[in-house]
Amino acid sequence: MTRVTSAQKIAAARAEGRPALIGYLPAGFPDVATSIEAAVALAENGVDVIEIGIPYSDPVMDGSVIQEATVQALANGFKVPQIFDIVRGITERTDVAVMVMTYWNPVLRLGVDEFSRRFAEAGGAGLITPDLVPDEAAEWIQASEKHGLERVFLIAPSSTEARVQRTVDASSGFVYCVSLMGVTGARTEVSSAAQAVVAAAHNAGAENACVGLGVSRREHVEEIGAYADGVIVGTALVAALRDGGVPAVGALAAELSGRA
Amino acid sequence: MSTPENSEHRQSIDAQSLRHASGPYFGAYGGRWMPESLMAAMDELNETFEAAKNDPEFIAQVKDLNKNYSGRPSLLTEAKRFSEQYCGGVRIFLKREDLNHTGSHKINNVLGQALLAKRMGKTRIIAETGAGQHGVASATAAALMGLECVVYMGAEDTRRQALNVARMRLLGATVIPVTVGSQTLKDAINEALRDWVANVDNTHYLLGTAAGGAPFPAMVRYFHEVIGDEAREQILAQAGRLPDAVTACIGGGSNAIGIFHGFLDDPEVEIYGYEAGGDGVDTDRHAATITLGRPGVLHGAKSYLMQDEDGQTVESHSISAGLDYPGVGPEHAYLADIGRVKYEPVTDTEAMDAFKALCRTEGILPAIESAHALAGTIRLAARKIAEGAVPEETIIIANLSGRGDKDVGTAAAWFNMIDEKDAEAEINAATAQNSGSQKSEEK
Repeated sequence: MTRVTSAQKIAAARAEGRPALIGYLPAGFPDVATSIEAAVALAENGVDVIEIGIPYSDPVMDGSVIQEATVQALANGFKVPQIFDIVRGITERTDVAVMVMTYWNPVLRLGVDEFSRRFAEAGGAGLITPDLVPDEAAEWIQASEKHGLERVFLIAPSSTEARVQRTVDASSGFVYCVSLMGVTGARTEVSSAAQAVVAAAHNAGAENACVGLGVSRREHVEEIGAYADGVIVGTALVAALRDGGVPAVGALAAELSGRA
Repeated sequence: MSTPENSEHRQSIDAQSLRHASGPYFGAYGGRWMPESLMAAMDELNETFEAAKNDPEFIAQVKDLNKNYSGRPSLLTEAKRFSEQYCGGVRIFLKREDLNHTGSHKINNVLGQALLAKRMGKTRIIAETGAGQHGVASATAAALMGLECVVYMGAEDTRRQALNVARMRLLGATVIPVTVGSQTLKDAINEALRDWVANVDNTHYLLGTAAGGAPFPAMVRYFHEVIGDEAREQILAQAGRLPDAVTACIGGGSNAIGIFHGFLDDPEVEIYGYEAGGDGVDTDRHAATITLGRPGVLHGAKSYLMQDEDGQTVESHSISAGLDYPGVGPEHAYLADIGRVKYEPVTDTEAMDAFKALCRTEGILPAIESAHALAGTIRLAARKIAEGAVPEETIIIANLSGRGDKDVGTAAAWFNMIDEKDAEAEINAATAQNSGSQKSEEK
């Protein structure tokens, strides 16, 4: 099995003249088996890159929808090593790139190198790290190089030029451009700050700049796709899974990707 | 800050000085393990703090507030009857942070940070609180300086500490009960961080303990250093020499690092931090983070952390809400690793016994947090005597970090001082009444 990277999938989307669609779902919500099925439904309905979030006790960057889902996943007994089963379950059945989004302490606890090794063996492409900045990432940079994993760091509207440069230089795969100052959650309009964040990333040399936070509709995908390389949808998909199960996730993904 | 009689001694060990460790790292601990969205605000705070420390006007403002608003210097009281009856005659001196305005050491930090918030042009402060002490202190500083104040507090804590919620509201603060996660102090911090990310342009997060990402640990210590500086000068004046040991309770560790600061560079002074042992460290109901935790990252810093095998934060338990936190400041983690400070657990029972002991021997009602330091002091005195120390030639300073007015309900229930089975309701009523009369006295 050759691993599919997010860089490959974003390049492929670009070749088709469209932005990559990146979809987020929490691991183990509502249970491990369903979270795999939901991810497969994303892949079958036009999502290029899947982000699986590791439920964590203190998710400071998440709004209420994702918090409630991850609290439920933990209450249902989700254990961190199950992330490798989920990643394997998705990569065996799809050709999407599978990223894991995780707060840092669960990785630290298992061991950064150990986590990276097992994740790479499961077919994972890389990690998105919302509370790890390059300044503290020496151990992760070393492990990701060793195991061939992509490192996706975040930049925000508040990031200075110097910090954008540092983050772009430390990232691989893509740079996650936070569209607004706030936590995850669907919003009716995409913040006007997003375009400036993407421009800052491109100016700093980022090949792939993808926009997340507050993105929930096809019109957002089209609007952001005009200037960004990828569009990240999270909360809306989690809400769909919560309310309508796997079919609802598939239907929303089809709508977001323009297939429906 | 250093006393003249010791300046030579100070200079000779400056190379290994521990007391002014500036961060962002303390050995392997500290740093900034937090979202990029907050990095600009953390940089701004750091720059403002560094500039303020070197600005005579700022230093004068802090000194003036400490003296004329908080009532500093706080006293150093020799507890003679407590010493005779519980410490085998070992001389015990209490650093009386309980006498500060708002009743604890917390005021030192909130005044300093509120001044910094104003220097940064911020108009709004947010804070987390467990039992309400830091929330009350923050609301106080906000009222004094004309800042908007929002306090996040676990929903469960707002019910247990209804009186402190009312105090904060009287002071003009908005109290937001946190209903997510475990609804405890750590979740109040999470919510405050979420608020900060969304409102960082006009808002300063006034963190209440010496934890969090840099510069918070070193900055919070800086504002509490006055405790240790005063205690050092006072003991030299009152006893003519440095103490044999200094003790403090430790949750996040702000009162402890404040008093430790005064003595870290005096190798002859032993230093002890007492963690909340809850029901005992052989149970799963405690908050003994350094004793039983493992290094990890939470709320912006790498430090010891109570966590499970998956790195999920474990809920802590203590009779003292102020010590009921599953993390600890990174400087303490470092001081523990290098052995300069010894950290030991004190159970709820030991703390409450010491609480009562101080009430009955000295007429001082300590905060239950501070009672942990007293219990540790009793244990330490016994150990010193067992090791052959001459009691009356042995001196221990215990940091009495706060007063126990807020704990009357908890203590009366613990000691079964109310006859009826609905003791709690009666105590709540009594506390409310008591507080009502206090308020009218204050007017």
